Amino acid sequence: MSFNLAEYYSNLSKGDVLLAYKGSITSDLINDILEAVEKRLEEANAESRLRKKIYNVLVESLQNLFHHIETVHEGIKEDLDPKFGVLVIEREGDFYKVTTGNFVNAKRIKFLKEKIDKINSLTRDELKDMYKFILNHQKLSAKGGGGLGLVDIARKSGNKLEYEFFVYNENYSFFNLTIRV
Amino acid sequence: MHMEPINIEGTPKTPSIKFDPEKGILEIKGRSIPENSIEFYKPLVDWLDDYSRNPLAKTQVNIHLEYFNTSSSKCILDVFKKLEAIHKAKHDVMINWYYEEDDEDMLEAGEDYESIIRIPFKMFEIVD
Repeated sequence: MSFNLAEYYSNLSKGDVLLAYKGSITSDLINDILEAVEKRLEEANAESRLRKKIYNVLVESLQNLFHHIETVHEGIKEDLDPKFGVLVIEREGDFYKVTTGNFVNAKRIKFLKEKIDKINSLTRDELKDMYKFILNHQKLSAKGGGGLGLVDIARKSGNKLEYEFFVYNENYSFFNLTIRV
Repeated sequence: MHMEPINIEGTPKTPSIKFDPEKGILEIKGRSIPENSIEFYKPLVDWLDDYSRNPLAKTQVNIHLEYFNTSSSKCILDVFKKLEAIHKAKHDVMINWYYEEDDEDMLEAGEDYESIIRIPFKMFEIVD
């Protein structure tokens, strides 16, 4: 059974949704989303500490998408924008849930899995050490990422990164990342 | 040596940057969340390169950021490394790290830098 994007998106958008988006992830779009979410969180009267954490996680999630998203989707039979990504923010009890989704080349799955599993295996202090090590020793890539994004998300959220890869075809899988803040 | 002041206005994604040559105060304030932070910070890093050749006896650096992204965090470290070189050359440099009330993440971010960079840091919690 192949991954069904429409079904995936509609399932995601069922809860208490603050914002749901699918399409091109551009710099302007990131501005718009951040502005909208900031307003919604203010209206929802979320405490400032939580608001800041959500905002930080959101910035890193969106910029991860922006920097790493596939620009071509060969053999994917969906009507996709060039830098296609999904973002849904919802409230679930005491948590806010930030979910991102994007197609990834099958070649990148192993790297991503290992990176996230490693992050999830670390304690708070170990994450801090890992963050400082990467900050101090790794060059910023031309893409800007630098490998700190996911570590920072894990640190700020204080929770494990929940992920899943849905096989789409032999070249692509759909990568779903959920962060509870 | 005559030094020009710096006065870069902030935007929703980039901080304001000011240097007052009279007082020797460099201030970075606001949000630093651009997608391309290298491009944004390059003029400041280049300026610090020049400044380090003939710095004032005392340089005070005020960092007052509400948010910064991980891509900025590397550039901020580059800025601190330039300042560290000035400090190492026996000039007085100090960093004041401001964070908003209860923003433990921002305090911790300051402590991360403090543990990497050999410049005296002072942490200030801003209480409304």
